[in-house]
Amino acid sequence: MRQKVTLDVNGQRHVVEVDPETPLLFVLNDELGLRGPRFGCGMAQCGACTVIMRGQVVRSCVMPVGAVGQDEVTTLEGLGSPEHPHPIQQAFIDEGAAQCGFCLSGVILTAKAVLDVKPDASDQEIRDALGSVLCRCFAHIRMLRAIRKYAEAKRT
Amino acid sequence: MSQSRRDFLKSCGAIIVTFSPLSGSVSGVLLSAQGPGPFGTHPSHIDPAKLDSWLAVGNDGVVTAYTGKCDFGQGLLTAQSQLVAEELCVRLVRVKLIQSDTSVCPDQGTTSGSQSTPTNFNSENLALAAATAREALLGLAAKKLSEPVENLTLADGVITGTSGRHVSYEDLIGNKHFDLPLNTKAKRKSPADWTVLGKPIPSLDGTALMTGRFEFVQHIRVPGMLHGRVVRPPEMGATLARVDERSVRDVPGLVKVVVRKDFVGVVAETQYEATLAARQIAVQWNPGPELPPQKDFFDHLQKQPARDTFSVDSQDVDAQLAGATSIIRARYTYPYQMHGSIGASCAVAHVTPQSATVWSATQSAYPTRSIVAKLLNIPIDKVRVIYVRGSGCYGLNGADAVSFDAAILSQAVGKPVRLQFSRQDEMMWENLGSACAIQLRAGLSREGRVIAWDREDWVASLGNRPGYDQPGNIITGMLLGYEPELPKPGSGNPPTGRFSNRSNTVPSYFAGCIAGNCGGDGTIRSERALTHNVRSPFFTGPLRSPLRIQNTFANECFMDELCAHANADPVAFRLLHLQNPRVIGVLNAAAEAAKWDARPSPKTAISGRTVSGRGIACVAYEGNNGYSALVAEVEVDVEAGTVRPTRFVVALDCGPISNPDGLRNQIEGGILQGMSRALVEEVTWDNKRITSVDWETYNSLHLDYEMPTIETVFVTPPDVPATGAGETAITVIPAAIGNAIFDATGARLRELPFTPQRVKAALLENTRRAGKV
Repeated sequence: MRQKVTLDVNGQRHVVEVDPETPLLFVLNDELGLRGPRFGCGMAQCGACTVIMRGQVVRSCVMPVGAVGQDEVTTLEGLGSPEHPHPIQQAFIDEGAAQCGFCLSGVILTAKAVLDVKPDASDQEIRDALGSVLCRCFAHIRMLRAIRKYAEAKRT
Repeated sequence: MSQSRRDFLKSCGAIIVTFSPLSGSVSGVLLSAQGPGPFGTHPSHIDPAKLDSWLAVGNDGVVTAYTGKCDFGQGLLTAQSQLVAEELCVRLVRVKLIQSDTSVCPDQGTTSGSQSTPTNFNSENLALAAATAREALLGLAAKKLSEPVENLTLADGVITGTSGRHVSYEDLIGNKHFDLPLNTKAKRKSPADWTVLGKPIPSLDGTALMTGRFEFVQHIRVPGMLHGRVVRPPEMGATLARVDERSVRDVPGLVKVVVRKDFVGVVAETQYEATLAARQIAVQWNPGPELPPQKDFFDHLQKQPARDTFSVDSQDVDAQLAGATSIIRARYTYPYQMHGSIGASCAVAHVTPQSATVWSATQSAYPTRSIVAKLLNIPIDKVRVIYVRGSGCYGLNGADAVSFDAAILSQAVGKPVRLQFSRQDEMMWENLGSACAIQLRAGLSREGRVIAWDREDWVASLGNRPGYDQPGNIITGMLLGYEPELPKPGSGNPPTGRFSNRSNTVPSYFAGCIAGNCGGDGTIRSERALTHNVRSPFFTGPLRSPLRIQNTFANECFMDELCAHANADPVAFRLLHLQNPRVIGVLNAAAEAAKWDARPSPKTAISGRTVSGRGIACVAYEGNNGYSALVAEVEVDVEAGTVRPTRFVVALDCGPISNPDGLRNQIEGGILQGMSRALVEEVTWDNKRITSVDWETYNSLHLDYEMPTIETVFVTPPDVPATGAGETAITVIPAAIGNAIFDATGARLRELPFTPQRVKAALLENTRRAGKV
């Protein structure tokens, strides 16, 4: 049953009329026209749909939009803009850390979330956090280098 | 100063290349990259022999290039833009690249097979068009400025004479046709003179990607668009018995249940509603046949009727082997593997009674146009396919199928439809990388040289790319009643014509002689290579390095076995049997860069729980489309059976390099993807269906995997054309890792992937054999 749902996304309030069981991802893509979170598996297995809520990474493909409540949702585009990328996005740009780039929400947001909580996280801890994030082009080395670069810059 | 250098200075002046922000962060360039030609290029007859089919200069000075080779993450957007900027002497920011839109781009078939660089970066097609345009513009300027061409200099789209008078491209030809054929005599700039090509220019889509602005095909939205889902059969060979439309009557927003022969799909107003309908719909299927058990699949494969092809047959192999001091035999097996693209495939189609437009991530825009016309029964010139990138594709993922399916759904409802595959739709029905069994036999002389080598392989295949007229090669066509390409049983005839090694069936050490003409890379003259094409129970297709990686795994590991029997160093032993200087070049370069520890394998002193070793493998990709050699260093936990690569050193020769950073990215990705395939990737099935249908059931190395270091060395001989490079490094990875495991443990792994179970079994077998000796 469609009903009005209010959502705070990337600093903006939206009212959408959808079935509250609709996955948050579909609302972000189809109702709000956002491109950061993407449908990879629909089963919370790959990370392509990742968003941040309350500082935690959330797989938006399995989160019903009705369960979001008052929490602010941040997507990859909410971090920074092409003109003013977030430092972690800038690190990825500088390292050329992507091929197709479809997986980037999972990689960038997961790394950011872990480093926000623990700025001195070790490589092992960062990797552990990325344990369920997949990149099938295998740009792993560049991605981990970009994350390390961001982490080091953040610490100093 | 050389002639070419002087010509260049006169014709191009000093270009200052700015990488950023002009070239690196203009997301708008990409977001609006697809669209009609600027001034009426006509869709139905884009003649690749005409300059206007490739390039146009707008009134704003923007150079628009139309290409049939598209970027799906491998860097072609940037490299092709560099090519045009280089030849036309304009800054990158002034180049706009339109990729694979059938209304404006020339038909370049499929972007595949490491063929884009050889096709568009050497002496034909886009490269020739750009060189032709530069010379034509200089000619026009000479007339306008009343000065001879030799006096003109060229910088960022402005041509200046000795008098100081100048004229811009847009003044010369802005919004006008060149009306010229491609000039086969137009001179490409020499790599020595490159200022844009050959530079590590950051990917032009980087900023849009990292900030979440990049438009994937998944993001295409068309006014009035509905959402579709497909309902696939439970297994291969199942046919539709009955669809109960009442079962979804209560699904809100449902627009239509679409049934066409065995094809079933649903269309609804929202994605969620389409998902609900697909989940809820009651469909009965007539079951498909039982599958051959996975456990004995390769034995099954070797017993099937086959179409047989000899790549080479010197007809003296048996006789030579009879005289050998020792004969070594082995069978290698390679499993079915998946593209497993991270984004489940998606397409948008808008079909009206008169026309069809499909936004598709296909690597084959024109072939897709042809098939859509056939499936919808619409004249081909009324169909437009617009390439929009999907998630990474490594051959043939679900992009073609989803495009056909979307078109069928859109035609059925008369409205635009966006179709999103589920993960299972993607993984259960993609065209898998072929499973192969490869049987090898070779004889060594008393001096430890290979005197004869015999190989026989069995390749499971069914279907392929659909091309222009074979929809049955993928799932959609089969559901609609079209037949797939089948291997036909038959007896092999002796090889004729020129030696070719497109699938790397033939080891690099064969002389490759047919009727006295030798085209192989090696010195072994008693040689036989026979391929049996066998019907696969699943669809197969070109997965990155198709058959090349399978064959090279067997050939290069078996070469290592021969080497161990001869008690020789793996590099020296290879060199002893090679004659192609480019293979020799990369082999030496990799060994040198890795500080190769020259000695026979395995290591003599093996002790402790964790042991380490090094292995090498090399290939002439497709015989002549790029050369690579790779040293792998691994650690093996002999109790757990786990293998951890710690270091890869790769040497690559692909001729002149368009973008070294883009190339490194491709090599790194290829190597790690190859490592994932070597260590964990394997399609599984039960008696009815594929059971590896998501990321819990199909293994892939995630981002938590502790990655090895990768060192890359480029070997670039002078005056050679550019070759492909995207598949060259991945091809040697499984063999190099397998050889390193042997070096570390003395155990030979002949089955991929190298799972802990297989490693432990091989270690046990090795211990048993050592015990007997």
